[in-house]
Amino acid sequence: MSALLAILTFALIVTAIGAGLVWLSSIAGPKVRKTSAKVMPYECGLPGQEAKDTKISIKFYLTAILFIIFDIEIIFMYPWAVTYFDFMKEGLGGYILGAMGVFILLFVVGLIWEVKSKALDWN
Amino acid sequence: MGQDAFEITINVLKMLVIFLGIVQAVPLLVWLERRGSAFIQNRLGPNRVGPLGLLQLLADAVKFLTKENFVPEKGEWFFYYGAPVMALIPASLAFASIPLSIPIAIEPFEMFGRTFGPYTFIMQGYDLGIGIVFVLGISSLGAYALLMAGWGSGSKYSLLGALRASAQVISYELALSLSLVGILMVYGTFYFTDIVQAQAGPLTFNFLGKSVVIPWLPNWGIFFQPLGALIFFSATFAETNRLPFDLPEAEGELVAGYHTEYGGFKFNLFFIGEYGHMLVASALMATFFFGGYHFPGLTPEGVSAFWSGVVSGANANNILTSLTFLLVLLAKIAFFLWVFIWVRWTLPRFRYDHLMDLGWKTMLPWALFNTVLTAVVMFISHQ
Repeated sequence: MSALLAILTFALIVTAIGAGLVWLSSIAGPKVRKTSAKVMPYECGLPGQEAKDTKISIKFYLTAILFIIFDIEIIFMYPWAVTYFDFMKEGLGGYILGAMGVFILLFVVGLIWEVKSKALDWN
Repeated sequence: MGQDAFEITINVLKMLVIFLGIVQAVPLLVWLERRGSAFIQNRLGPNRVGPLGLLQLLADAVKFLTKENFVPEKGEWFFYYGAPVMALIPASLAFASIPLSIPIAIEPFEMFGRTFGPYTFIMQGYDLGIGIVFVLGISSLGAYALLMAGWGSGSKYSLLGALRASAQVISYELALSLSLVGILMVYGTFYFTDIVQAQAGPLTFNFLGKSVVIPWLPNWGIFFQPLGALIFFSATFAETNRLPFDLPEAEGELVAGYHTEYGGFKFNLFFIGEYGHMLVASALMATFFFGGYHFPGLTPEGVSAFWSGVVSGANANNILTSLTFLLVLLAKIAFFLWVFIWVRWTLPRFRYDHLMDLGWKTMLPWALFNTVLTAVVMFISHQ
């Protein structure tokens, strides 16, 4: 509870100072005279051609999905890693190593399948 | 937070000092980067304003504050103004959870006719049992600042830069979090203080039932996890969007990436966020693999005995002892920050498909190999 309160306090300090600096720079800076050239999105000097919801590669979406799957698998390894030595001290080292071996095997098969299906190629 | 007003005040002030320390480190790092890069490239760098060009930073800050602020025509003001503030949060929150030195024990003392006391002040923002999970989780939020900036700017260069950056950050996060599994196995805890404590003294390990001590080497994580350290440090380069992984800002292709439409102090806040991530990465490198605030030959008792010859009073002695260990950690952090700068001006940039290939097809399998190797070696050496 104490740590949670401390985190919230710190987050509040950071947000307040960050927002304060943005606000300070908006009152310290000169008055804005908006011209059409100034507010146009930057495109190397040419007039804007495309809308902002331009076409983007589906690969980004695919990468995000694959990331979620693998990240969850890695998170499952964390509690195992922390308790690994305790299990060995209890004489259950072979059991815990074998159990994780099966899980890591599935991870490797998944990764190989992904590479084989060219889901990770960016050409 | 504390039992009485004094302890709460000190703890809040400590957080302010930690945050302002991060913010203040940035201009110094920018100066170091500009001077360092200049010397690497056989130039002089900023040397006009103040001694060695040090006041250049102050001039820059004033200049940043006096810039016009406006939202681009297709932008969305909430995301546009929110992104720089959001960029500060993950790095600061992560850095505050890393222990910077040994706790300061304060004995009861008299002030304003009242007795305060005894307190123990930890040298970090907050003490979390799940420190490592917290740092990994909160640093991942950095991707939101990138996406907010990319979407809020309403420019296709910003959007493409933000998408590239977030795809890169999440890809390398896999190798980053997997490379830490080995460290978790060796130390068996998520708690930073325990990890740092375990690295005190000479190199000690069990091998085939025998306890081996090597007195001339420190008990640092790098000797147990060399491969893990290499993968972790490489992945942090990608996480902080630094060269050779700075594809999001590849200026030949994308102008300036997700902060194309930013200028003035908002741009500066992105810089603080990026350098804050570098600080976190360097502090984690020191904490996991290079003994944290421990240094061979320095023990809390020894340092305390040294200071008791200089100052009298237990409180002053405790504070000076803690500050000595803080200096050790800061020196280690400074070294890794210099490595970040050094690498940036030495290596060329990757191509985007090479970058993604390196993350998914090289570093992820090697991190997995490191995990399996650690598990097997620990299993065999414990028999």
